[in-house]
Amino acid sequence: MSARAKSPVFEYAPAPESREIARLKPSYQIFIDGRFRDGSGDAVKTINPADEQPLAEVAEAGPADVADAVAAARRAYEGPWSAMPGKERGKYLFRIARAIQERGRELAVLESLDNGKPIRESRDVDVPVAAAHFFYYAGWADKLGYGGFGPDPRPVGVAGQIIPWNFPLLMAAWKIAPALACGNTVVLKPAETTPLTALVLAEIIAEAELPAGVVNVLAGGPAIGAAIVEHDDVDKIAFTGSTEVGKIIQRTLAGTSKRLSLELGGKAANIVFDDAPLDQAVEGIVNGIFFNQGQVCCAGSRLLVQESVADELIDSLQRRLATLRVGDPLDKNTDVGAINSAAQLARIRELTESGVAEGATRWSPPCELPERGFWFAPTVFTGVSPAHRIAREEIFGPVLSVLTFRTPAEALEKANNTPYGLSAGVWTEKGSRILSMAAQLRAGVVWANTFNRFDPSAPFGGYKESGFGREGGRHGLEAYLAH
Amino acid sequence: MSTLARPDLRDVSRDDTSLRRFLHGLPGVDQVGAEGRAAGLATRSIKTTSKAWAIDTAIAMIDLTTLEGADTPGKVRSLCAKAARPDSSDASVPSVAAVCVYPDLVATAVLALRGTSVGVASVATAFPSGRASLDTKLHDVRDAVAAGATEIDMVIDRGAFLAGHYVQVFDEIVATKAACGAAHLKVILETGELATLDNARRASWLALLAGGDFIKTSTGKVSPAATPPVALVMLEAVRDYHAMTGERRGVKLAGGIRASKEAVRYLVMVNEVAGQAWLDPALFRFGASSLLNDLLLQRHKLASGSYDGPDYVTVD
Repeated sequence: MSARAKSPVFEYAPAPESREIARLKPSYQIFIDGRFRDGSGDAVKTINPADEQPLAEVAEAGPADVADAVAAARRAYEGPWSAMPGKERGKYLFRIARAIQERGRELAVLESLDNGKPIRESRDVDVPVAAAHFFYYAGWADKLGYGGFGPDPRPVGVAGQIIPWNFPLLMAAWKIAPALACGNTVVLKPAETTPLTALVLAEIIAEAELPAGVVNVLAGGPAIGAAIVEHDDVDKIAFTGSTEVGKIIQRTLAGTSKRLSLELGGKAANIVFDDAPLDQAVEGIVNGIFFNQGQVCCAGSRLLVQESVADELIDSLQRRLATLRVGDPLDKNTDVGAINSAAQLARIRELTESGVAEGATRWSPPCELPERGFWFAPTVFTGVSPAHRIAREEIFGPVLSVLTFRTPAEALEKANNTPYGLSAGVWTEKGSRILSMAAQLRAGVVWANTFNRFDPSAPFGGYKESGFGREGGRHGLEAYLAH
Repeated sequence: MSTLARPDLRDVSRDDTSLRRFLHGLPGVDQVGAEGRAAGLATRSIKTTSKAWAIDTAIAMIDLTTLEGADTPGKVRSLCAKAARPDSSDASVPSVAAVCVYPDLVATAVLALRGTSVGVASVATAFPSGRASLDTKLHDVRDAVAAGATEIDMVIDRGAFLAGHYVQVFDEIVATKAACGAAHLKVILETGELATLDNARRASWLALLAGGDFIKTSTGKVSPAATPPVALVMLEAVRDYHAMTGERRGVKLAGGIRASKEAVRYLVMVNEVAGQAWLDPALFRFGASSLLNDLLLQRHKLASGSYDGPDYVTVD
């Protein structure tokens, strides 16, 4: 071997997924009452965050389109949809689920282009889990009477659904599938920076021949979101996004009869005890904060590690981070892709600079970032105090804050010391400690010896300023049933 | 491990209690997490130049093996010819690392491989069960070494390991290492019989502490043999042992690896878990027979763009 002239370094040659698979069109239209049409708002270019090049033009909705969409949703609700037997509604959902699978590669590449996330994630998580949500709720459609909501639970009506840019297709699936299964109709607004996969999902819905108006998809900005929230004929609002906007929505809806569910920000504690399976804990930490560039509301952004293993764990974590591959989202070997927008990148930079200014120690693995596009290297802060902004505010980027603790009680106190309460992680080989921590953590989702695992049968949602209402599982039906 | 106070490793093996305390004090392995990590690494996409590099590297890491009751000198000689020159039509194909045979055929292999770079490995210690007295096992080893074996693949006493008699297992490895003399010692853990990943980690450390030059998954006679999660745990063990002591020890995967794709995935795992330094036949081996032919077919496919049929590579 030593005689061989070849390099001893195992370089992975580029393995890019073809951009052609996304079948990008020059322009996309909004979807109202079963038809695609240009919105009456501005024509906006959506860009690829990995290189800042325009991808396509989207004719955004205006206020008149919101009125049309809600009216269409109302007609569809009063007309065929709410009266349709559950097993017939279920057939449509099964059809959508299968079509998502059939067009899986196209949706994955399109998602990576529009959002900046690595193809490995859009291919292995976003798209299959989106299909799984439709399959799961398709199964519920004819069994609602057995869900514990009374013998014949009724739908709520017209649901206005506003979703974020971090999981554009997956969040659309989380919102639409349970709403339709329960017999509601939907006006969905994807985020302004990532409208494309939701509009392709509208194509799938059209091809599945859902009755006109059952699902309407409006591309647009905050003004369109506000118009949906304020519309008198909307019965329910489901919002996923920032706590700031969630509070505005809640204020707007106060005193009205509209129902509301909110899935907002988080600052999750990922707690590693000294008896944890450390190699797997390192993987869980990586997955917790660098999955989707940390742009995940339930990201494990605060690592709480027991002091007795802290040095060892940080060493292992840094060694592991050196193997992360940052770059072209379409390369199948990319682990960390681009930040979704210039605005988000600016926020991440501002908060990390505050971390340095407040005295925490910043570390990143050596990695070359592309020149164009929105990029941020995976970053770990050690020596973080609970008072630092990077320990309290949601960064929504690939930035981990490491804090230490000495006893389980201290871990619990620090973990719960946040206005948020969406998720938490517990790493220990001791089963009784897992149960004890899970019972006391004020977080909607507690992962034990894993992190960021999503399944349509598991409910998801927050405590405190992380919102209310649950999505997924049997609990996810409740938001869409009048009982 | 690097920042842990370095324990006095001589003291660890003083008695069953202290050895047990050390082995059971190693961090546990969460099976679901380990399987997830192994599956994640398997999604790496290795193409074009990196694939060509990986195929040649894998060929050079093979212990070309025949371990059958029906082995004859003639069969071993033809295997040796193939080991030295895997593709008679293409001199750019590297030789494999070693051939691996039973002790009575070592002399035949040594003669056939004279003047080549290929080593001669021999299984010993009452392979594959290991169910014989220590004297008999050591005699087996000395026979093979005397016949010219440069590498010895021993089996541990899995019964003693599972019964918690760690010192007995440890002492047998130490004695076998002494009997090897200058020959390299590979310690077969037979992870398929140890059943859990926690046991795979403990057995790995036990073998490293006792002086094994390599830790090896399996005899190839028990199923499951080498699996990605087991390989992961063993690579973590040599990585952590290096961090603790500064010494690099090797890993050999054996049993059931037949396809180039699997071999390339394991090289990715070696690269990302243990590190680049282990991408060397001195520190990583595949114990295999049919894998070589698949690597040759893939190598030719990469160069020519089309697949050859199985009749274009030799059976032995």
